[in-house]
Amino acid sequence: MPDQTASRRRLFRHVPACLLALIPLALAACSPDQYPQTTLHPRADYAREADHIFRVTLIAATVVFVLVEGALLLAMWKFRNRPGAPEPVQTHGNTTLEIVWTIIPAFILAMIAVPTVRTIFKTATKPGSDALQVEVIGHQWWWEFRYPQLGITTAGELKVPVGRTVNLEMTTKDVLHSFWVPAFAGKRDVFPNRFNNLWFKAEVAGNFPAQCVEFCGIQHGRMAYRIISMDSTEFDAWAKDFNSPPPDFSTDTTAANAQAKAGEAIFKGKGACMGCHSMYPALPLTGPNLHHIGTRSYIAAGTLHNTDENLARWIKNPQAWKQGSLMIVPPLTDEEIASVVAYLRANK
Amino acid sequence: MATTALEHAPAHTHGGTGLWSWITTVDHKRIGILYGASAFLFFLMGGIEALIIRLQLGSPNNTLVSPDVYNQLFTMHGTTMIFLGVMPLSAMFFNYFIPLQLGARDVAFPRLNAFSYWVFLFGGLLINVSWLFGAAPNGGWFGYANLTTRQYSPGLNIDFWTVGLQILGVASLAAAVNFFVTVVNLRAPGMKMMHMPMFVWMSFITQILLLLSFPIITVALILLMIDRTFGTHFFVPSGGGDPILWQHLFWLFGHPEVYILILPSFGIVSEILPVFSRKPLFGYAAMVFSGAFIAFVGFGVWAHHMFATGMGPFADAFFSLATMIIAIPTGVKIFNWIGTVWGGRVEFKTPMMFALGFIAMFIMGGLSGVMHSSPPADLQQTDTYFIVAHFHYVLFGGAIFAISGGAYYWWPKMFGKMLDEGLGKIHFWLMLIGFNLTFFPMHIVGLQGMPRRVYTYSDELNFTLLNRLETVGSLILGLAFLVFIWNILKTWKSDQKAPADPWNGATLEWAIPSPPQEFNFPTLPQVHGRDALWEMKRERGGSVPEPQRVSGAGIHMPNPSIKPFIAALGVGITLTGFIGGSHLPVHLVGLAILFYGIYSWAFEPA
Amino acid sequence: MADTAHAHADDHHYTATGIDNRKLAIWTFIGSECMFFASLIGTYLVYKGRDIVGPKPHAEWMLNGAPQEQMLEIPLVTFGTALLLFSSFFIVLALNGAQRGNRKQLIGWLIATIFCGVFFVGMQVYEFSHFLHRGMGYTTNLFSSTFYTLTGFHGTHVTLGLIWLISVLVVALRGKLPPEKALNLEIAALYWHFVDVVWIVIFPVVYLIR
Repeated sequence: MPDQTASRRRLFRHVPACLLALIPLALAACSPDQYPQTTLHPRADYAREADHIFRVTLIAATVVFVLVEGALLLAMWKFRNRPGAPEPVQTHGNTTLEIVWTIIPAFILAMIAVPTVRTIFKTATKPGSDALQVEVIGHQWWWEFRYPQLGITTAGELKVPVGRTVNLEMTTKDVLHSFWVPAFAGKRDVFPNRFNNLWFKAEVAGNFPAQCVEFCGIQHGRMAYRIISMDSTEFDAWAKDFNSPPPDFSTDTTAANAQAKAGEAIFKGKGACMGCHSMYPALPLTGPNLHHIGTRSYIAAGTLHNTDENLARWIKNPQAWKQGSLMIVPPLTDEEIASVVAYLRANK
Repeated sequence: MATTALEHAPAHTHGGTGLWSWITTVDHKRIGILYGASAFLFFLMGGIEALIIRLQLGSPNNTLVSPDVYNQLFTMHGTTMIFLGVMPLSAMFFNYFIPLQLGARDVAFPRLNAFSYWVFLFGGLLINVSWLFGAAPNGGWFGYANLTTRQYSPGLNIDFWTVGLQILGVASLAAAVNFFVTVVNLRAPGMKMMHMPMFVWMSFITQILLLLSFPIITVALILLMIDRTFGTHFFVPSGGGDPILWQHLFWLFGHPEVYILILPSFGIVSEILPVFSRKPLFGYAAMVFSGAFIAFVGFGVWAHHMFATGMGPFADAFFSLATMIIAIPTGVKIFNWIGTVWGGRVEFKTPMMFALGFIAMFIMGGLSGVMHSSPPADLQQTDTYFIVAHFHYVLFGGAIFAISGGAYYWWPKMFGKMLDEGLGKIHFWLMLIGFNLTFFPMHIVGLQGMPRRVYTYSDELNFTLLNRLETVGSLILGLAFLVFIWNILKTWKSDQKAPADPWNGATLEWAIPSPPQEFNFPTLPQVHGRDALWEMKRERGGSVPEPQRVSGAGIHMPNPSIKPFIAALGVGITLTGFIGGSHLPVHLVGLAILFYGIYSWAFEPA
Repeated sequence: MADTAHAHADDHHYTATGIDNRKLAIWTFIGSECMFFASLIGTYLVYKGRDIVGPKPHAEWMLNGAPQEQMLEIPLVTFGTALLLFSSFFIVLALNGAQRGNRKQLIGWLIATIFCGVFFVGMQVYEFSHFLHRGMGYTTNLFSSTFYTLTGFHGTHVTLGLIWLISVLVVALRGKLPPEKALNLEIAALYWHFVDVVWIVIFPVVYLIR
């Protein structure tokens, strides 16, 4: 028996060291920089408001947590049953004490409630007409973005300028979805026949991931998108460039573009891609608009890097990556797919 | 009490232990055991579903299960744990212990009680039978329209869900009427409302919540079913319907439902803590009123589940403040529990450890709840794993810890044998460690941007490490329940009998033999205050003698009856006719059985 | 102990409040039913006036370019409502008869109650078939769906109440409803009153408020 106790004691000696080793691990796990989709690193006004309240409540909650759990542990330790311990005094309550611990939480909650209400009304205001308007439309399982002021329709990537308020007017073509901009704002659900709005003013340039956050059917898990913020000059250049028509290879006779030309023929003919996918900047169809597909960082609703292999893989069988996807592709040979990829790649 | 002790008298005057005796039983204790056994099996199914979910999420872009199966798994996990796990496990305790703690011979309507159970079992089996069709519900436990309308969910999946939940609703409502009347009317002579054990109080409030909230979800389910079956447009936007109405109806039920799940656990813990601290519950009246207040305000906070729907600043502010207010009575409860332990003589028996674990975990769940009561913060947190962490701290760290504690506490009363203390403690520690390892990282991974209900995630989002930890934790949790099952089997085989009052109990169920005889109390006890048994012991200056088994001759107990089973079958079949369209012959057969059941029941001598 | 137990043999009629279990149960059930109808009425109100196509309850509407009359026919339903109200009065008289052992009074007024109920259900069947004839199907628009669902569920409750009352009537006719069993009628009557009261809410909501 003494042996066992000794070895147990030896074992416990390592506990503090182990706990210490856990701290950097825990900090690393909490550091937002490692997580591109984090909500803890706000980079716009709207997200900062939310973050401020989060931090206030986190501090309040941590203090309460430590105090109350501490009181519980203390009670357990101090009043544990020991040999010869007397029969406890049969108290039934203490009115003063009970009133005190009703009022104190009320004060703590008021500390959270006041900024909450202030922020609710602050974020409920609608931005002025000088804001960049974007219509966000949810589809099973991708997002469409329209810029009415710029005459642009695109999909999968929401491009916004830094330093200018962006106002999102959001709805859905089918079921409920929820649009989320973790770096810049919170989230809003979208409903058919209704418009919800969300606004933010991005502070930095970057390419941030985000994804749908309302369960919307079989591919809810792979309904992602990118939020790309850029300097306003860069944004203006993009918008201008985007408004140019797609390349037309049908009359092209140069050998260099032979593959893209073949791809265009398949896109418009045998592949029947054009039934759903528009290649024109201002023309929305039922599927994602593919104008400038060549420049996008991701395809398949923000879930695959936009490489030639991934594009080919996706076109060959969308169901393999996204079971239940509404994209239907007639059987194409690998060669034909390579041509389509070349054609898509050329649109930039 | 001049009594003739009958050492080996049969426990049930309407004896028999065969299958038929269980199907026809109207004894609240046997029905309680039926609830417990069925609910535990459903709970294990829900647990296995959870483990598959965790294994799938153990690595990024995993393909262990297909997206469709994953959606069925998380829908069935939620639906099962809520309607077939925690609720009927609570119902087990309602059935077995409300009458005993009240000093009553049975519930007010024993046959209605049997009916409730059989309807519940039918509904539970029906929902799970969907697996055999490869069409388990896949719209989430919240079943948001318009995803669940026929256009977007053409399969049988949602049919099983709407019909199954309606059947379960019938069971819950019948049981709620029964227990409401039982508590109001069957209190032992002298037991005032403010003398009732806290478990009875919290259960009583739960029945009121059930009575007022289940009709709302029933209406919502009926409307959805009609949409799917007959082509109306209640939730179909193309016909003018508004999916947001579904959310309001659902959460008007859904939030009170949260308290339906947790209030009985508050009650269980409030029974265990005083007994093992050897000190009465601190602030009894405050406990009662805070419970009632939580339930009342609980009907006014439903839209905090809908902050992201864009209700406008006034609604957001109202529901946010109402939600924060609920934290106050909840805090009162926690402080009173700590006050109960404070100054006591704490014995760390397994039930007590679970009860203390409950408090520790529930504090955490309560505080994370306050964190998303603020809409601006919630707009980042909602529909992420932060919320999953929060409600598991409340419903697993809360309800399941309390129910486990209740199981260890009351096992000797129900089965006449003590569960093993050593295994019980292993069970507790494995559960505590596994639980925190599974659910604590979810707070972090949620705040770092991982949404709920996704069947996989990209490795670029860096969620892998935390998810893997959670998966390891969930396996430890699974192990904890294997230890529990082992404990049950070991106890089952042991011949060691438990005394009538192994814990020095405070309430009336400990005043009678373990397990109790069919009529519970040979004479109805006279009650003069709270903690009736402690009071009796004090009057006698110590302990009371071990109660003896006695002849129940002359005590009128209700006769066994098959009629509740028949009527339940009728209810089930009638509604099952709505799966995959409306099948008139099935409805008619069901209604015929139902009417036969009710009429023969009404004219059968009790 | 056997003796002691025997002394309490009849205490299964004991209740802590003195109220009979079944009476309390029916009150409890009625409380629950209130939420059921509140949800249906709420749905009706939420969708009131949000139809995309006709027919309309209170206003003219167009069908193939031809104006159609408003759907609801208030005089007929007012008469039905009045009968339902009277039936609540009749059942009180029947219950009074049952409690005093006046068989004639019991059976006479119970039949009158049932007659009113049957007329009400008949009126609703007529109303529904008339609407169907005028082209308002169950799925035609939100008004038709919410209207049929709300009034249909109420009609179902009236029908179940009638089945219950007829069952009690059969028992009474067989002479098996002595005054000490008047409670069997009383709980049915409570349910019947509830069904009437619900209609008193539905009637103005659907038929009177424009």
